[in-house]
Amino acid sequence: MLKPLTHLDRLEAESIHILRETVAEAQRPVMLYSIGKDSAVMLHLARKAFYPGALPFPLLHVDTTWKFTAMYELRDKIAADSAIELIVHKNPEAQAKGINPFDHGPLHTDMWKTEGLKQALDKYGFDAAFGGARRDEEKSRAKERIFSFRNASHRWDPKRQRPELWSLYNVRKNKGESVRVFPLSNWTELDIWQYILREAIEIVPLYLAAERPTVERDGLILMVDDDRFPLNGEKPKLRKVRFRTLGCYPLTGAVESEAATVEEVVAEMLLTTTSERQGRAIDKDAGAGSMEKKKQDGYF
Amino acid sequence: MTLPLDHDRELIASNVSEWLARHEAKEMLRFITCGSVDDGKSTLIGRLLYDCRQVFDDQLEALEAESKSAGTTGGKLDFALLVDGLAAEREQGITIDVAYRFFASDKRKFIVADTPGHEQYTRNMVTGASTADVAVLLIDARKGVLTQTRRHSYLAKLVGIRHFVLAVTKMDLVDYDRDAFEAICDDYRDFAGQIGITGWNAIPVSGLAGDNVTTRSEKTAWYDGPTLLEFLDSVEVDADADAGKPLRMPVQWVNRPNQGFRGFAGQIASGRLGPGTEVRILPSGRTTRIARLVTFDGDLDEAAAGQSVTVTFDDEVDCSRGDVIAAAADAPEAADQFEATIVWMSEEELLPGRGYWLKVGTQTATATIHQPKYEVNVNSLDRLAAKTLALNAIGVAELATDREIVFEPYDSGGTSPNRVLGGFILIDKVTNSTVAAGMLHFALRRALNIHRQHLEVGRETHSTLKGQKPAVLWFTGLSGAGKSTIANLVEKKLVARGRHTYLLDGDNVRHGLNRDLGFTEADRIENIRRVGEVARLMADAGLIVLTAFISPFRAERHMVRRMLPEGEFIEVFVDTPLEDAEERDVKGLYAKARAGELKNFTGIDSPYEVPEQPEIRIDTSAMSADEAADFIVEKLLGRR
Repeated sequence: MLKPLTHLDRLEAESIHILRETVAEAQRPVMLYSIGKDSAVMLHLARKAFYPGALPFPLLHVDTTWKFTAMYELRDKIAADSAIELIVHKNPEAQAKGINPFDHGPLHTDMWKTEGLKQALDKYGFDAAFGGARRDEEKSRAKERIFSFRNASHRWDPKRQRPELWSLYNVRKNKGESVRVFPLSNWTELDIWQYILREAIEIVPLYLAAERPTVERDGLILMVDDDRFPLNGEKPKLRKVRFRTLGCYPLTGAVESEAATVEEVVAEMLLTTTSERQGRAIDKDAGAGSMEKKKQDGYF
Repeated sequence: MTLPLDHDRELIASNVSEWLARHEAKEMLRFITCGSVDDGKSTLIGRLLYDCRQVFDDQLEALEAESKSAGTTGGKLDFALLVDGLAAEREQGITIDVAYRFFASDKRKFIVADTPGHEQYTRNMVTGASTADVAVLLIDARKGVLTQTRRHSYLAKLVGIRHFVLAVTKMDLVDYDRDAFEAICDDYRDFAGQIGITGWNAIPVSGLAGDNVTTRSEKTAWYDGPTLLEFLDSVEVDADADAGKPLRMPVQWVNRPNQGFRGFAGQIASGRLGPGTEVRILPSGRTTRIARLVTFDGDLDEAAAGQSVTVTFDDEVDCSRGDVIAAAADAPEAADQFEATIVWMSEEELLPGRGYWLKVGTQTATATIHQPKYEVNVNSLDRLAAKTLALNAIGVAELATDREIVFEPYDSGGTSPNRVLGGFILIDKVTNSTVAAGMLHFALRRALNIHRQHLEVGRETHSTLKGQKPAVLWFTGLSGAGKSTIANLVEKKLVARGRHTYLLDGDNVRHGLNRDLGFTEADRIENIRRVGEVARLMADAGLIVLTAFISPFRAERHMVRRMLPEGEFIEVFVDTPLEDAEERDVKGLYAKARAGELKNFTGIDSPYEVPEQPEIRIDTSAMSADEAADFIVEKLLGRR
């Protein structure tokens, strides 16, 4: 007799269904690969969905040039797999202007990520892009559809979302329009960790606690990942830290932690009392509703 | 009741692996909450999340600050602010869309579809209910069972929900009065009986004060039923009921990584399968056996409803996306005409006769909907006569698809609805928006009995005999643009060259074939559909058909295009500025329309949708009718 399906089994089956449905109906799908834990889970699900075939779409990394070194290492390791095609896009304008998180504040995210993403989608003509966002991350995500339509200028209109019933997804769109697809919509942070554990999925080691050179800025513990970090003579302090989310290293706060295994991370997470996005400077730009605003502008 | 994560803290701290093993075995339950703007729905959900420790300190801090600035609770924690997501709705103080929330108890992981209750948002409720096992209906203890409670119950029942719980909220505002609670139960009992709801519970709660949400309240000592969370933890889930039904698996994707492997991927809708299972592929009806159940983690011996799998067959049978793999001995039917319940979800109302995309499972077809048999007034449940369905209307109608659809009745009386092969959506072919959702009832008998006659002399023979490639030259444009004039000239020129032609003219057809039709939008669509069918028959007979109709709507022209083989529909857009056509006004119709004597006149009070990519465009300000005719003849005869 079969065991009844657990909630993880059901989430896995739903995500695979979504991945396959998109590939069956879209012209040119792509998977946004941010190298974080959610991306790792999404990639793993895609491998399962299309096994024994290769991935029927490329991965796209919208690079800001400011990610952690360890992230680039994992990305390059993943790309070495012959069954995977990786496209890396860096906004040439941001590159030319030397946009960086230290001098340019919110403009950094806007140009490298938001604009960079739009450029890459237009350049390659992708009409469906998988993203690893979850509905439990943030209030405006809770209302977003699994198949989220963007007009030709990549804008999201929360009032014009298509109703999504049963497991029936409407992937049709007009020329120039595209769809962002979120196969992990119904996963929670705990589900992600539990799945990483169950499936032994490789993640960036920064998620696990280790001694790392850090400084404090505006109440955040930041890791000095390379020599571009302006220290003005300050000596980085070795702290045992890990990261709950990964992004550009100068914008991503670490937490002090003893959790050196995935189990220990889960234990810390369950016993802790602050939410996942807290280590991110990006949400605080414009107070409440800032993520919603960003998404209307085309941020993933 | 102890709070879920609290009593676990020790275990998590000492042996997280053990805790994870327990957590991993949890089942999933999906429920919807329905209530109107001020029933305290957001407050109740906020309370559930808060009590189940899904609210973190930083969120709590933000909540405290927001409760003071935007809250409606006089500075106390306003739980509603936790779940009212979008900036627009925070300003209006209402929930405008379906939002999904997540929390877990000791026994289950929950996904909550939070759906708004006010009238104009029926579509959101149906959307939220489509994936739910349980409906939580909120009733304000001060107001009792309202029209909207009835509406929500009806909608949830319609979508197949079998378990209902009434959360009688704001008990603190009626001093936890037992009589008030019981009166509400009595009221609801009558109504539930009327619409056939048998399984329901009622729980007196206060989201604000936390009574009977996760902890039993001392203030309702007279109540001995479960708390809301206890109910959600113990109510029977249908999720595994599907595994007990006959096998159905819609094929999503054919996996062909190399010549040696051909796998069929999909999510099992019902039943189970494994190597050796005898299956029938529908609609072809071919039978075979499952050879392997292939997964990334190795081959499986068996898989059941809910799982996404890839299978291979014993022999090389044809099978592609849209086909259904079913139990060989107990396969579903295929049909092309149905009766269905339809929930209209678009601002643009249903146009009977127009073609919409219909998606059911992994099958997509063109469907036309007949005029509804009736519309249901969701408040009184009365059946009303209806010509169409507007936003949020629910009705029953017959529909026809352009090819056979493998289906099951949505509600066949079993323990769970047949969501996958019984639920469908309709998609507008021009805007691509999802305009309706529906539930199939049964196939109409005429589809079962009328088989398409196989013809011995085919269209190839007809066209070879005439020595020409058939075509339909579809002239479209404003009234007075010169469609008929040019079409007549084209026909003369073609006949002069020995071609076999026929001209179908709008006015002439109206005197015979279509004399029963008027000029409403629906009649105009039917007019075009009939002309399209006649043109298709003539093209089958090998003729070059010319039609001259205003045919203002893209969707209808597209419908005719789809009736014909690729390349045989040639759209000729006779492009004349409205001012020119109106100035010419050969038949004096523009003058009448301007005077209000003619309603729905294209260009005046009814739109003309310009062809996006016509095969031929004639700019009447740049060429004469004769030049235009030559140009068209050249294009037509010059095609491959």
